[in-house]
Amino acid sequence: MGPLFSPHSPQAQSIAGVFSLVLAIAAVVFLVVAAAVVYSVVRYRSSGLATAEPRQIFGSRSLEILWTVVPLLIVTGLFIVTVRAMVLIDAPQNSTRPPDLVITGHQWWWEARYPNGVVVPWEIHIPTSRRLLARIESADVIHDFWVPDLARKMDAVPGRWSYIWLDADTPGTYSGSCSEFCGAQHAWMRFRVIAEPEHDFETWLKNEARGTPNEVPGTEERLFIDKGCANCHSVAVLAPSSGKGPSLAGLMTREFLGGGILRNTPENLMLWLTDPQAAKPGNRMPNTLLTAEERRLLLIYLESLR
Amino acid sequence: MSAWLCAIDHKRIGILYMLSALLFFLAGGMEAMVMRAQLAAPNLKLITPEIYNQMFTMHGTTMIFLVAMPILTGFGVYMVPLMIGANEMALPRLGSLSFWLQFFGGVLLYFSFATGAAPDAGWFSYAPLTEEAFSPGTGLDYWALALLMITGGSVGSAINLIVTIATARAPGMTMRLVPLFVWTTLVASVMIVFALPALAASLVMLLSDRLLHAHFLDSSQGGAPLLWQHYFWIFGHPEVYIVVLPAFGMISEIIPVFSRKPIFGYPFVATSTVAIAFLSYGVWAHHMFAVALGRNFLAVFAAASMLIAVPTGMKIFSWVATMWGGAIRFTTAMLFAVAFLLEFTVGGLSGVAFAAVPVDWQMTDTYFVVAHIHYVLFGGTVFAVLAAVHYWFPKLSGRLLDEKLGRWSFWLIVLGFNNTFFVQHFLGLLGMPRRVYTYPDLPWFGTLNLFSTVGAAVLVFGILLFCANIAMSLFFGTQAGDDPWNAWTLEWAAPSPPLLQNFAEIPEVRSRRPLWDRKHPEAPDWMGAQ
Repeated sequence: MGPLFSPHSPQAQSIAGVFSLVLAIAAVVFLVVAAAVVYSVVRYRSSGLATAEPRQIFGSRSLEILWTVVPLLIVTGLFIVTVRAMVLIDAPQNSTRPPDLVITGHQWWWEARYPNGVVVPWEIHIPTSRRLLARIESADVIHDFWVPDLARKMDAVPGRWSYIWLDADTPGTYSGSCSEFCGAQHAWMRFRVIAEPEHDFETWLKNEARGTPNEVPGTEERLFIDKGCANCHSVAVLAPSSGKGPSLAGLMTREFLGGGILRNTPENLMLWLTDPQAAKPGNRMPNTLLTAEERRLLLIYLESLR
Repeated sequence: MSAWLCAIDHKRIGILYMLSALLFFLAGGMEAMVMRAQLAAPNLKLITPEIYNQMFTMHGTTMIFLVAMPILTGFGVYMVPLMIGANEMALPRLGSLSFWLQFFGGVLLYFSFATGAAPDAGWFSYAPLTEEAFSPGTGLDYWALALLMITGGSVGSAINLIVTIATARAPGMTMRLVPLFVWTTLVASVMIVFALPALAASLVMLLSDRLLHAHFLDSSQGGAPLLWQHYFWIFGHPEVYIVVLPAFGMISEIIPVFSRKPIFGYPFVATSTVAIAFLSYGVWAHHMFAVALGRNFLAVFAAASMLIAVPTGMKIFSWVATMWGGAIRFTTAMLFAVAFLLEFTVGGLSGVAFAAVPVDWQMTDTYFVVAHIHYVLFGGTVFAVLAAVHYWFPKLSGRLLDEKLGRWSFWLIVLGFNNTFFVQHFLGLLGMPRRVYTYPDLPWFGTLNLFSTVGAAVLVFGILLFCANIAMSLFFGTQAGDDPWNAWTLEWAAPSPPLLQNFAEIPEVRSRRPLWDRKHPEAPDWMGAQ
């Protein structure tokens, strides 16, 4: 459901509260105006051209002052509510505290980095028991990080660090999207925030940090490296981000590919290997001109990434 | 033909503005329909994302710069001299130059389609997406150059209107007596002179970056992407009022005439226009609330953005009070004016919602904004212009528009408009971002979008009917006579259509309603407490 009907954090709750207030005020004002318009239209409708001119009234100082002062009082009240909510919702922008999470927008994917070095694309885990200070960054153009049920949206501006509180009061999966136009595939930068109880979150973070044991690469993995896939896509959560393409670690646990544009099925993975531009037009992945046999082996490899 | 190409008569130039605005309105409307078709259902692939992005960029740029501004300038150039009892604009050749700069700016913008690379970074064109690294094609160069030409044309016509209103008023017409359309046109023109240079400056920065490899807006080289946003919105928010204030002026002319009462509280309506103009230069950062600019900074802009609702609200109440106690005649012009009142109120109120910063933090860049701006610019400006076309067409052409066709087009346009845009409030609340070429099949997304698309089709039908009415009435309409509405301002004292010399004799003015005084010698306005 929409952000204003199902807030799941104190911040989102506060926004929903302000919105409800504005909606109520707007409804009353609109009804007053509409009632006056409808009344005039019905009551003062003239039958034809021939009727005598009505009484000519040029204004009323007291009425005019009334409809200046009353709206002034309303917006003054609204301003106070606004500022109070801003204080509650907004995270400190100049804090010396290191962030709990760094989220980076790329054309057209998201990536989250935890203090222990874990890097994950698309799916961001948070605990439910406390609010995280998340730093929002951009690697290229302006994006906007938006999880309607959980937090205010925040522009990711290149060259700037911006901070938000990321918080959830109940465990669950919350969907998010990019909310600033950022080029061809702005539509498909949809990501998820997974909120878990503190214990589950810590376990997840530790497990991720342990990473996959270093085995001798098999034929498929060698192909992944030789064909240049690994130049952009890391497969280990602890590897630093290449900044060019999302990490493929844990690929098979994801429901969607490419920020929501395709379901994660073997057919769609194959489509991506065959013609990346058909899979997500405009994305930054070049066509790697693989043979059918290479694609088959790479698919096996991708399907092993859990 | 050459009489039109070389026209310097304000009436011809005014009509050229209107025709060019209509032409681009149809182009911008077609772009909108392509978008609505693509969005009719989730995951459609009628057009590529690149084409979609070109469509919304061209739609926004067209509707603001090639439709809203020129149609209002066109009415200003045509009506202002007539309404103030002048025979000509103060600077006729500047008038001609301004129009052609504007028009060929539009032609240059559309020529980008022929090169295969129309601009695709939005009408707001945020850096650094517009930098060469991310937009290597020539589309944005066309966009920036075209807008520079249009800026020149707009400033030229604004100066012309200011000088005309300042110097060419009929004897006796003080600034306290000018019709409100003239007032609002004057204020909007002053705003153009101060706001458009900020746009020109930002365009020059963009072009320097793109063509001369400067680094104004490139953060990787020490530039500042946010510089663009500040400059663009210092222009961009006053721009909203530039295309709304003259529409307020039109409504302030039409409602009194068809309610048979003078405007309620003229001094308040005129003063609130100036208040809006003044405040509009202090609200630009409300377009940037989602940027981390600091709480105190944002609070100042929130306060100004809420304050600006007060003078706007005053006008709404004045219009309603003008109708109250009147003898209302429901011509098509009046129907559009009344619909304007309700729709603009919706757009104004959703605007107040965005001034409340936390609401903006949730709703900005969603379909809620798309709904809001269309209630302001279509429900507001376009409805006012449609009212004005029905009101002034007899003066321009000498013939009345067909009332029956007018009513049909009115109801289709009202129905289509509200169907298209009201549901977009809900789409925004459900979390649909704007400027997306498609969307996932989430609950309600498909249904509401389809509803919106069907509404848009109805709207197109209504607009086409309106165009047909104009074309037919131009040749077959009933003869209007000089003053078909029994109106009160000076343009109705001139013949319909006016001759090259508007007034055989410059009328003397003693009140805000010179023709009322002439028709009611027993109780002229200047004797009462107007």
